[in-house]
Amino acid sequence: MTTLLNIPLVIHLALPLTIILVYALVAIWGERKVAGFIQDRLGPMRVGGWHGWAQSIADLLKLIQKEDIIPANSSRFLFKFAPFMMFAASYAAFAVIPFSSGYIGSNINIGVFYLLAVTSVLTLSIIMAAWASNNKWSLLGGMRSAAQMVSYEIPTIATVLTVIVVSGSLNLMTVTEMQSGNDILGFLPNWFIFQNPFLIVAFVIFFISILAESHRVPFDLPESESELVAGYQTEYSGMRWAMFMLAEYADMLLLSLLGAVLFFGGWNSPFGDFMSGPLWGFFWFMLKGLLLVFVMMWIRWTLPRYRVDQLMHICWSILIPLSFINLILVALWELIF
Amino acid sequence: MLTVVKQGWSTFKSIFTGMGITIRHFFGPSVTLQYPDEKMELPENSRAKLYVNIDDCIGCFLCARACPVNCIDIETAPATADVDLGKTSTGNPKRFWLTRFDIDMAKCMYCDLCVHPCPTNCIYMVPDYEYSEFDRSNLIYSFSNLVPEQVADVKEKAEAEAEEKKRQREEMQKAKAEAARKKKEMEAKKEEERSEKDGKEKGRAPSKPENDGGE
Ligand code: SF4
Ligand code: SF4
Repeated sequence: MTTLLNIPLVIHLALPLTIILVYALVAIWGERKVAGFIQDRLGPMRVGGWHGWAQSIADLLKLIQKEDIIPANSSRFLFKFAPFMMFAASYAAFAVIPFSSGYIGSNINIGVFYLLAVTSVLTLSIIMAAWASNNKWSLLGGMRSAAQMVSYEIPTIATVLTVIVVSGSLNLMTVTEMQSGNDILGFLPNWFIFQNPFLIVAFVIFFISILAESHRVPFDLPESESELVAGYQTEYSGMRWAMFMLAEYADMLLLSLLGAVLFFGGWNSPFGDFMSGPLWGFFWFMLKGLLLVFVMMWIRWTLPRYRVDQLMHICWSILIPLSFINLILVALWELIF
Repeated sequence: MLTVVKQGWSTFKSIFTGMGITIRHFFGPSVTLQYPDEKMELPENSRAKLYVNIDDCIGCFLCARACPVNCIDIETAPATADVDLGKTSTGNPKRFWLTRFDIDMAKCMYCDLCVHPCPTNCIYMVPDYEYSEFDRSNLIYSFSNLVPEQVADVKEKAEAEAEEKKRQREEMQKAKAEAARKKKEMEAKKEEERSEKDGKEKGRAPSKPENDGGE
């Protein structure tokens, strides 16, 4: 581990950023493709040749050229600052994600804690953007998102805690290393999801909560386009808007990767020692994360949106009690076996 | 507690049913047509653009009269006696030059009402839908196959003939009137003669002249 610290700071900064940027370009194009295919369309087909792969790049170039409009009655500093803060929050959280056995930005012992703490800044920046815009749609969207994220943080943390109970460590690298090997029933990998039946329940709760935390359908109330125009993004244009988009997709990836670390063995290969190693580890890790992202997109084009009261009902009267009961059950299981 | 479990179960069941449907469509074929590259074959009777087979048109104005928005503009000139315009493919004799046959597709509402009255079936819709223009006046389609000089020539001839006919008719009328006048005079004379005669034969046959009055 000490060798990791010798990698220059620049690489530590640039590597996650590159991953996020490339991922965002691919994911935005992919989302449109998934939407298209699910609706029996083709999605973008023109830009760049094969299946319009360069569509997001063209969109990015367009966004860069756009006028940066700041509403006259907005709070200028907060308005300008919010998108950067939002992206910074989701970017900073990538520091503790173990991308492969050979690379983690910062190998700290309170990794999960740090991640959850930093991502809650996202809520703050959304409220900041909403309030600074001085627009009713923005404000409504911002308030909704604040309520939603504060509520769903609780089941997320409770389910993360169940995994921590099993692993006994907050360091994501250690959590991943604990899941190496293929011992369960002789062939299944040692991933936490297979180790304990209650962790499957935990994963379901976790997945629902991260859907809500990253504002994905069916919990996309903060930016529900049919009622709130675009929620807190309504007044934004050009690159500032693109920053929001980027941060949202980064948040989606971050939470999916967290899910992959906590439940699906992070960078561990599903075939034991076969195809393992730092580079293969990166491949497996991204594959697991992107699969979860794909499921998120798949759900987006399947389910309708909840009402605000239903959203709160699901969180407070179903997910939170369930996740705490589940936490106790997992702890008991760990005591007995 | 039981209801919560039941509700939860039905929720998950419906979510997975929905996701099953969407994933089937995800892998299913797409219905998209890459338009400028691929084009859909339109059915033969689709209404996209009007076409007039001007060789078959007899200039009867039925289509122009049927059009609810008056977008068909026809002008004809009768063919002079020295030309024979022939017959249409349906066997109707053609008697008019079509000096103008303009259809304003910008006004047309594709109701097909002009198509059916045509006695020679020469105005009909064709499945050609790619004819957008930057200027609305470009949407006026001219189907007349006469060049302007021909139009002028044909009109002149038709007018000359019409004049000639008019003159002939007038002459004829004059001649007729003359003849009628002469006849009348003659009849009047006859009448006089007859009445003179009648006067002489009054006593013998008093009822006869009334019966002969019609002759
Ligand atoms: S289709 Fe209808 S509107 Fe168009 S020219 Fe014929 S009668 Fe007129
Ligand atoms: S109805 Fe047919 S024949 Fe008559 S003027 Fe129109 S196109 Fe010509």
